[in-house]
Amino acid sequence: MDAFSELLNGFAVALTPMNLLWCLVGTTLGTAIGVLPGLGPALTIALLLPITFKVESTAAFILFAGIYYGAMYGGSTTSILLNTPGESATIVTALEGNKMARNGRAGAALATAAIGSFVAGTIGTLGITFLAPVVVDWALRFGPADYFSLMVFAFVTVSAVLGSSAVRGLATLFFGIWLGLIGVDLQTGQARFTFGLAELLDGINVIVVAVGLFAVGETLYVASRYRLGKDEIIPLAGSLWMTAEEWRRSWKPWLRGAGIGFPIGAMPAGGAEIPTFLSYYIERKLSAKPQEFGKGAIEGVAGPEAANNASAAGVLVPMLTLGLPTSATAAIMLSAFQSYGINPGPLLLQSQPQLVWGLIASLFIGNVMLLVLNLPLIAIWVKLLQIPAPLLYAGILVFATIGTYGITQSPVDLILLYLIGGAGYLMRRYDFPVAPVIIGMILGPLAEQNFRQAMTISAGDWTVFFTRPLSATILALAALALFGPKLYQLALRPKPDHVPGDA
Amino acid sequence: MTMTGGSAEGPTARSRPAIGEAIIGAGVVALAIVTFWQTMSIPVSPIYAKVGPTVVPMMTAAALGLLGVLLLIDAWQGGWQTEEEKAFTPDRSALLWVVAGLVLNVALIGSAGFTIASTILFFCVARGFGSNNTLRDALIGAAFALIAYFGFVTTLGINIGSGFVESAIERLIGLEGG
Repeated sequence: MDAFSELLNGFAVALTPMNLLWCLVGTTLGTAIGVLPGLGPALTIALLLPITFKVESTAAFILFAGIYYGAMYGGSTTSILLNTPGESATIVTALEGNKMARNGRAGAALATAAIGSFVAGTIGTLGITFLAPVVVDWALRFGPADYFSLMVFAFVTVSAVLGSSAVRGLATLFFGIWLGLIGVDLQTGQARFTFGLAELLDGINVIVVAVGLFAVGETLYVASRYRLGKDEIIPLAGSLWMTAEEWRRSWKPWLRGAGIGFPIGAMPAGGAEIPTFLSYYIERKLSAKPQEFGKGAIEGVAGPEAANNASAAGVLVPMLTLGLPTSATAAIMLSAFQSYGINPGPLLLQSQPQLVWGLIASLFIGNVMLLVLNLPLIAIWVKLLQIPAPLLYAGILVFATIGTYGITQSPVDLILLYLIGGAGYLMRRYDFPVAPVIIGMILGPLAEQNFRQAMTISAGDWTVFFTRPLSATILALAALALFGPKLYQLALRPKPDHVPGDA
Repeated sequence: MTMTGGSAEGPTARSRPAIGEAIIGAGVVALAIVTFWQTMSIPVSPIYAKVGPTVVPMMTAAALGLLGVLLLIDAWQGGWQTEEEKAFTPDRSALLWVVAGLVLNVALIGSAGFTIASTILFFCVARGFGSNNTLRDALIGAAFALIAYFGFVTTLGINIGSGFVESAIERLIGLEGG
């Protein structure tokens, strides 16, 4: 009941006209960037980080959360109509959704995706409401050693377990940690890896890295193969009203998808791809008409779409309660918290109840807005898909330049932006996951801080990480997550490839 | 993108070392060496000797080195990309156009101002993506850049590099940007 009354207070915050407006702006912008290929929530929130200097924290996070949820809805539209997943979490949607669109049932596919997203997003947000206080109670017992181990666990899962190769995932993770180390060490005042450049003393701005990887790198990658393939937009056909049979075939996958997505998102393992794949396989197994899978089975759209939205909600649990981001977008939101001087963690719910509960309430409201934006107004978003790619990507790069150059007006930042963009291109070209760079860069300094605190408390005794039961357990789990799949994989088929649009 | 990875073939099918992957692996090893070298140059006060500013950088250098070697081994054994991907040649002229746009942008943004630099960037990228409508692209790019510039100046009060185009317009409409 406690969470319930807190939530009511949250609604009082979220329902003020200004906050409703922020939520509407966020969900609209989120849907738009979800629909547009080449733009994702991590990039968009990174470009909007400067507003943290102008707008108060609750409003900014309502905006960011709206973008985050909205991109999940918008991404499915692109998957269904274009067969190019707008977001990595909507790859599976393209499998059946695009087939449905080709059979003239685009309307039903979009409807089951949007309603499923709404159902699962609402269940997931309810999950945050009741799970967050529980995790906080548990996390209050954590010491620096336990936190460090938890971060190691998150590092392993986001880079080694979720991608197609542990070595490549860890390589980009450590590249991110390396980027995070650049600048003055706050504890001792020593400059690290600044190569004598005064511009690097404050560290590299996360905006530069996120925009470099997700805008510049992505544009270079798309340019290198754009003229070799053609995307075909399938016109919106079929009624948006689902038939009785389509409802009957959709509601169970929605609920199952939510049930799969939320816990996987909420574990410090994160990632929205795994639950969508899992949901797809389960729906194919359980379907009364498995022969329809691959030809446009509605269950194959309903389940994964629900799963990706529920997991998006789940990711917010470790983010808000432990300060542990498990996706690139969550990592950038964490840096927004830092720019307000707020440290997400178990104390956040007590110290900033207005912010946290206002944010959660706005997620409920945002889901309702998104349902309206993505069903009755779907025709507007379809128009966005008709923007010619040359103009779209040219616009993205000009915007990326503004976002970066506008912060400091320093050509060094622009050069860094383009160099990181080049690195991002190579990562995409050679199948390295990009998200671990952002997570390593944001979480690395926090992990170092906890590591040093733990070592100071233990007077330099390295065994502290293995003698504290909680820390030891988490490290054991991390080792299992790192080496377990390798052994398991030897006998089984390879994992899905890394896929475009990881932002 | 294919749904399944391409590493299912046996070792005999891919015994030739993969050059691209090897270069990447070597790059990671090089980064590890630079990191190690830079870490050695960080002075450590004896007060912090146990967990000073070099411990985590050292671990990072070691991890990068190990991962780079593992990547090199992988590359030596034929690499990790699918055959289809190995045979693929990136569209070099498209990449060149985009890179040229980026380089010109950095070179010109300080001297010629944001609008001119951005218009050139916009035009080059559009060209790289196969657009041949030079005049249209340049006009859209200029309009886009001007809207963005004045949006920034008026709403956020941030001056993002004004040149003579911006100054001329500001004088024309009587807005003295700061």
